Amino acid sequence: MDSLILSREKITSDLLPQRFNRAGIIWTGTLIIICIIGAYAYYRQLTRGLVVTNMRDYVSWGIYISNFVFFVAISLVGSLITAVLRLANVHWSTPLTRIAEIIAVSAIVFASIIIIVDMGRPERFLNLFIHGRLQSPIIWDVVVIGTYFFISLLLLYFPLLPDLKILINNKDRSPKWLNRVYRFMGSFWKGTKEQFKISDKAITILCITIIPVAFAIHTVTSWLFATTYRPGWDSTNFGAYFISGAFLVGAGAVVVAMYIFRKAYHLEKYITDFHFEKMGRIVVMLALLYLYFNINEYLIPAFKMKKPEESHLTNLFAGEFAPLFWFAILVGMIIPIGIMLFRKGRRPLPMFIAGVMVVVGAWFKRYLIVTPTLLHPFLPMDNVPESFRHYFPSWEEWAIAMGSLAGALLVITFFARIFPIIPIHETIVDDEKNV
Amino acid sequence: MSIDNTTSKSRREFIAAGLLAGLAAGCASKSPFTPNDESVKASGEMVKLLSVDGEIIEVDKAFLKPVPDLPHVSNAEERKGIGGKSFVMVIDLSRCKNLRKCQSACNHMHNVHPGQNWIKVHSMQDGEHEAPYWEPTTCMHCDEPPCVKVCPVDATFKRQDGIVLIDNNRCIGCRFCMAACPYSTRVFNWEAPVPDSSSNKEYSCETSLPQKKGTVSKCDFCPDMTRMGMLPHCVSACPNGVFFFGDMNEDSVTNGSETFRFSELVKDKGGYRLMEDLGTHPRVYYLPPVNRNFPYENGLENEQKEDY
Repeated sequence: MDSLILSREKITSDLLPQRFNRAGIIWTGTLIIICIIGAYAYYRQLTRGLVVTNMRDYVSWGIYISNFVFFVAISLVGSLITAVLRLANVHWSTPLTRIAEIIAVSAIVFASIIIIVDMGRPERFLNLFIHGRLQSPIIWDVVVIGTYFFISLLLLYFPLLPDLKILINNKDRSPKWLNRVYRFMGSFWKGTKEQFKISDKAITILCITIIPVAFAIHTVTSWLFATTYRPGWDSTNFGAYFISGAFLVGAGAVVVAMYIFRKAYHLEKYITDFHFEKMGRIVVMLALLYLYFNINEYLIPAFKMKKPEESHLTNLFAGEFAPLFWFAILVGMIIPIGIMLFRKGRRPLPMFIAGVMVVVGAWFKRYLIVTPTLLHPFLPMDNVPESFRHYFPSWEEWAIAMGSLAGALLVITFFARIFPIIPIHETIVDDEKNV
Repeated sequence: MSIDNTTSKSRREFIAAGLLAGLAAGCASKSPFTPNDESVKASGEMVKLLSVDGEIIEVDKAFLKPVPDLPHVSNAEERKGIGGKSFVMVIDLSRCKNLRKCQSACNHMHNVHPGQNWIKVHSMQDGEHEAPYWEPTTCMHCDEPPCVKVCPVDATFKRQDGIVLIDNNRCIGCRFCMAACPYSTRVFNWEAPVPDSSSNKEYSCETSLPQKKGTVSKCDFCPDMTRMGMLPHCVSACPNGVFFFGDMNEDSVTNGSETFRFSELVKDKGGYRLMEDLGTHPRVYYLPPVNRNFPYENGLENEQKEDY
């Protein structure tokens, strides 16, 4: 491997955070503008009410909720890359752990934000704690998402401590205020043997605990749907179906982030073709798994065609939602599988393209899980204005949804600006082990 | 407390005043109505009342005094329900011709947002060669309510008297209950309610008024009316007597002009509940559309009006 010949100093100087270049400034500026538009749309929603959305009594959950499911899904990757691979003693994933963890933290934060955006009475948020009732799956979600957020944050923070020491030692590389942040966060870390022992133990405990909690956040999110009677949601398959989809989109997002960070920060020596090759195998396996659950989820009800399911399924397969449905299946699963099954497809660029397809397909897939079901209630949609019988998000909804996605990317961008996106200390340790 | 907590105060006052005057007329046989308070001067405007003897008497309007409003019901009492009652509704499909008087009365009394309805009248046809019929739906006030199960903040709850209510002062507007309800009975206040006489009154779960922006609302079985011993608005508004309302503990239901034993009515007419297989145990029973009072086609006229 390339890294064999790298010195400690070279690794450190390569991986320390860098200033934004021109492209970085344009990227960050664009994200900030999208966020501001989203914030303005939310201001309109707060003053006028949810009437600015195109949700109505039948489609009472729209892209806010599908965006929420998307965020929860993508955040699961933190546990996959960090915890599962770490516990399995896989060392090649070391440079990817921090990317995965910051995606997880940022996504789970915006999942919480978007769910508050969806509330008709956001100022009553505290009612969830004052009057919370344990039998509601929403309370379960509040509990497990809160837990997952804190475990993810700690899993991001503990491995960062040795790197903070390196950052503090390289004062000249960053402005004064950043050094102050580094000192505030990590000045207690001296790097003694005892501290490493405690830290390693804590990380192992967190890695073990995060796996059941990660399964819980997405299973419970699937139960928000599966605990109802509605066709398309009333399924015992839902928990596993959601988790497999979540691992897929999260892994796809990591691939995309790997490619971009590698290009932007010239990290070819650290995120190598070998990493793409390995991630490609993981993504293919996850895509096949998700495809398997999709076949279960759609083929079996379609075999029986029970009356409430019939209009829902025919609408997906051949009706109004058919183009989107087949787009999500093809672009989100089948084409990426086709690309990444082959060694040539697991090189960085095709992997990047496949990763983007997986993520985009997954976003629309969540929309297809939430909305079409609501348009097929048990009793006919009578005595309502025509606009209640259809749904297409309003500009405010798009602006808020896109603003939340931009916000999540912004958090990741700023994180990479402030902290080393590839763990410096762990890379040095792995490197020395190899020597 | 000083502010009135009910919607239909004027209506209630009127009825209460009528009752008081009627009672007074019955008790004091010699002088039909004598004011206790000498300071009240006759206005000269006379009101006709029916005495208990069946005679029509005339009373000066100034002598009619409104009885004090019913005592305020606390939120805790509203959540508990009316003691000893077990409310039930029977909807006779053989009498419905899609007149929608139930709907308009209900919308008016609850200030339901224009375009939305708590009561819907569906045009139903269960199978290919089966006969179409009109099916009004209210909240089913299920005994195993899926909406109550999923509410995270106890904003929608089941009372001892069987009614499922919403506390709009607590609802966070997550709309999980709307997704959970298989009868699609719930509506959401997407924007601020249109101002009406209820707008300045104190909120009550039993009147569901004033409507609150950003919260869910639905048919409440008019517990404010039943507390006064009166029928829900849909029941009294229907000219065809489609809706029967009553108390299962008394085993009686009435549409205002006819009263039946609930158990016998359901037995004799083959009553059933909607989506029995879901296990929600609704409190609304339906009588099948047999020996109909009107042909289905009579209702089509009103169906045209529906498209907004």
